[in-house]
Amino acid sequence: MSWRTVSGGRIDRSRLVQFRFDGKSYAGHPGDTLVSALLAHGVHLMGRSFKYHRPRGVLAAGSEEPNALVHVDRGGGRETPNLRATQVEIYEGLVATSQNRMPSLRFDVGQAVGLVARFLPAGFYYKTFMWPASFWKKAYEPALRAAAGLGRAPVAADPDRYLRRYAHCETLVVGGGAAGIVAALQAAASGARVMLCDEGAAFGGGLLDERDAMIDGRPAEAWLGWALSELASRPNVTLLARTTAFGWYPDNLIGLAERVTDHLAMPDPKLPRERLWQVRAREVVIATGAHERPLVFPDNDRPGIMLAGAARAYLNRYGVKPGARVVIATACDSAYAAALDLHAAGVMIAAIGDLRTDPRSPGVDAARAAGLPVRTGAAITGSTGGLRVTGALFGTEWVACDCLLMSGGWTPSLHLHSQSRGKLGFDPASGAFLPLETAGQRSIGACAGMFDLADCMPGHAVMGSIAPNGTHAGLVKGAKAKRAFVDFQNDVTARDLLLATQEGFRAIEHVKRYTTTGMATDQGKTSALNALAIVAERLGTTVPEVGLTTFRPPYTPVTFGTIAGASRGALFDPERRAPMHDWAAGRGAVFEDVGTWKRARYFPAPGETMAEAVARECRAVRTQAGIFDASTLGKIEVVGPDAAEFLHRMYTNAWLKLAVGRCRYGLMLSEAGFVMDDGVVGRIAEDRFHVTTTTGGAARVLHHMEDYLQTEFPGLRVWLTSTTEQWAVIAVQGPQARAAIAPYVQGIDLSPSAFPHMSLRIGTICGVPTRLFRVSFTGELGFEINVPAEYGPAVWAVLMESGTLTPYGTEAMHVLRAEKGFVIVGQETDGTVTPDDLGLSGMIAASKRDFVGKRSLRRPDMLAADRKQLVGLLTDDPGIVLEEGAQIVEDPRQPIPMRMIGHVTSSYPSATLGRSIALALVEGGRARIGATLYVPMPGQTIAVRVVAPVFYDPAGDRLND
Amino acid sequence: MLVIPCPHCGPRPENEFRYAGEAHIARPADPEALSDAAWADFLYMRGNPKGRHAERWRHVHGCGRFFNCIRDTVTDRIERTYPAGTAP
Repeated sequence: MSWRTVSGGRIDRSRLVQFRFDGKSYAGHPGDTLVSALLAHGVHLMGRSFKYHRPRGVLAAGSEEPNALVHVDRGGGRETPNLRATQVEIYEGLVATSQNRMPSLRFDVGQAVGLVARFLPAGFYYKTFMWPASFWKKAYEPALRAAAGLGRAPVAADPDRYLRRYAHCETLVVGGGAAGIVAALQAAASGARVMLCDEGAAFGGGLLDERDAMIDGRPAEAWLGWALSELASRPNVTLLARTTAFGWYPDNLIGLAERVTDHLAMPDPKLPRERLWQVRAREVVIATGAHERPLVFPDNDRPGIMLAGAARAYLNRYGVKPGARVVIATACDSAYAAALDLHAAGVMIAAIGDLRTDPRSPGVDAARAAGLPVRTGAAITGSTGGLRVTGALFGTEWVACDCLLMSGGWTPSLHLHSQSRGKLGFDPASGAFLPLETAGQRSIGACAGMFDLADCMPGHAVMGSIAPNGTHAGLVKGAKAKRAFVDFQNDVTARDLLLATQEGFRAIEHVKRYTTTGMATDQGKTSALNALAIVAERLGTTVPEVGLTTFRPPYTPVTFGTIAGASRGALFDPERRAPMHDWAAGRGAVFEDVGTWKRARYFPAPGETMAEAVARECRAVRTQAGIFDASTLGKIEVVGPDAAEFLHRMYTNAWLKLAVGRCRYGLMLSEAGFVMDDGVVGRIAEDRFHVTTTTGGAARVLHHMEDYLQTEFPGLRVWLTSTTEQWAVIAVQGPQARAAIAPYVQGIDLSPSAFPHMSLRIGTICGVPTRLFRVSFTGELGFEINVPAEYGPAVWAVLMESGTLTPYGTEAMHVLRAEKGFVIVGQETDGTVTPDDLGLSGMIAASKRDFVGKRSLRRPDMLAADRKQLVGLLTDDPGIVLEEGAQIVEDPRQPIPMRMIGHVTSSYPSATLGRSIALALVEGGRARIGATLYVPMPGQTIAVRVVAPVFYDPAGDRLND
Repeated sequence: MLVIPCPHCGPRPENEFRYAGEAHIARPADPEALSDAAWADFLYMRGNPKGRHAERWRHVHGCGRFFNCIRDTVTDRIERTYPAGTAP
């Protein structure tokens, strides 16, 4: 038989949509959700429960659904698990499968778990499976994880695209039901920017489920159509359907997840799948409605048992009858609206059992007048059935049915208000917590306890709707707690909650964690108040005294794709490329990451290993000349009448007397006296310096300089500009360096006497303006050619044409500088190293009264004799290359844990020296020169000799050629 | 994400700013005159109040300027901001 009504509902009956569920083909209509389309085929069984594998049908009609969770596969890696089937709109070719079933929904071996349910009470994993301990990881956990749980996470990378938008508005209305629409109309009239979002496919909320309501003299559906066209016609209004306000962040920043294409069979490839909106709203109007509460009684979870409001939604919104013979168990008048609508659609109402002894409302009267069998003081105490409910138990009397509807009244959706740290108050009349007034926001409609449609629509005449008076929370009186489900998604029963209180849990946050009630992905939307009431009753206290647990984002699950947006792959942490990057890539360079930069590490010739390539590059620099891309060095232009004085205060050395055209190696300390950065600084003019920093330190140094300039030395007339990306820097280093660049340089006398080491000249190279530095980080004669960044590749290419230069990468650069004992800040230092620790006391200008960090160098700790000092290490076996980071001990025979006196900071095989070399920080290191220390490593202990940290050309003769 | 009113640019989202520690800790004019203990105090000792806190922020992705801010560490509410070098 068909479970469709003859007419009605917001579906397009003229068209059919084919879809598959668990491998079987079905047809529905455009406008159907997966649930409504399945119900139209009489399919209620949609899932298996989390812990006990009990067969489950759909409970609700909205995002609060705890049972009907499905996996949707759009093909090509486009898979989404754990979707609430109530929100999945069908489209031609939709493929959905149920979850947590072994092997099928109808026959599930896991249901045997239900037979041993008494072994799986609250907190079972803390108790039953604790012995023997080793079995937890090996046996229990894998088995439990396989048996329990939700859907499968997709394995393939998500091929879909996600975008992010920022928006500002005066009023953001969350929830497009009656209250939200009225609020949006009011706000829009003022001309202010208004955004209205709703998680559903259509605006209207509860209005969509009303059959007889009249608003301003029009049927609810007609009024809704008018209101939406009115809003849509206003340029200051943004309407966002299928958009969930999932999180509230400080200062009214609301996260919205818009599902753009998931409901389409053939989405426009230009559209993103989902869009994250970050909306900053002056005022947020929360109109998120309320969730109907289930009644808690034994076996209240069989397929065919659902919330009364959900049945009404399926009937009126989708034209689907949830059953042929319906029993209703309620404590709330809204169930009578469902009964009357079902009755009008030709569904037999076998019984209405009202928990209240004397319910009075127009709904009750109308039901009686329609001849429906209303029983008062009738408590539902059980159900029968297997894969579908077959009967309802009232005390001792069974009533046969194929559908059992329940209503314990309505719980305001407080999630967003609570996320905003808004306070809550308990309202005894409705038996629910309500939001209290909070600045920058207001709650309206059912989420503020206004359950009656008329109250939700101030200024509008509402007739013909039944006010949902009446409420019940907790275990139904006279019903047993066993198998009386409170949290459907996490399979928590009233018995579990009672057990938790019996075991001593009092605080609701503890009960929640122990029993896991409210901790599933549905965030306890249907279960929270029932759980509270059960705990409160058992503890002999009240619901407000027990208190509500905290709500946290997200309101419903949000995909990782939405959060990540475009920040994935190459855009996750965008890489910086030096001007000569493409040349290096074309040359087959192997790159390494330095901060966010890509730097060429070495240039292997065909068939060469890394070690061979680095050795060849080092030898070329030492015997001929090499060329190196140093563009990533940080660069800051320091300009102004007080520029020299500023540097004088920021660096340890003296700057006032540095001549124009000369350079100096500068050492920068933090105020605490530790080495923070270093680099060569050149004086371009009296009032202009070209400062270089480490590659990774550029931003930090500029921030540090700005801090002192703005807040400590505001009287200095100095301006700082980052020029890191304005200059391409080509280092040419080696005995042949001068000869290699000479043919291309104009306007600069390159002779050693005219252009000594540590000086700079301004001229041109290949006709391009250059700041040419004579500096060296290799220990060889060297030049660093600064040209405007866009000319870098051209100048590089011309220099390469000479055929005398060998390109070298950062690895050779590291080896060459280590041979000379030049430190790298961040490798030899770690934020606790002083200039003296590095043997750089000579860099401290004793004559200076003050500079940043100076006073700290006199603190007793900074002068201690056993500070770690930079030394060189030579392994007894010259073929052994120590591992960087390896620990150093004095006596390898001491018991473990050994006392560690230092560690290796740099270590390389040196082709120039024909052996390995290492730099290390060692306690009292300089006094140990000549001594033998030990580096314990797995399988061997390596003996090392402590030496001075300069291995090559200690006198520095080669620099001055 | 907080909205921080830069005294120079107006209200901007928090991710344009960088936190810069407690405010109104002036570098001593003559560090050499300080005892070791007094200097260590200046370097390392900071307030950690529950409630109103005077702190520094820099509008690093905006005007680049440091400024002061009174923020409540419990509610995260910003009471006011004012230029560096001025009193609260």
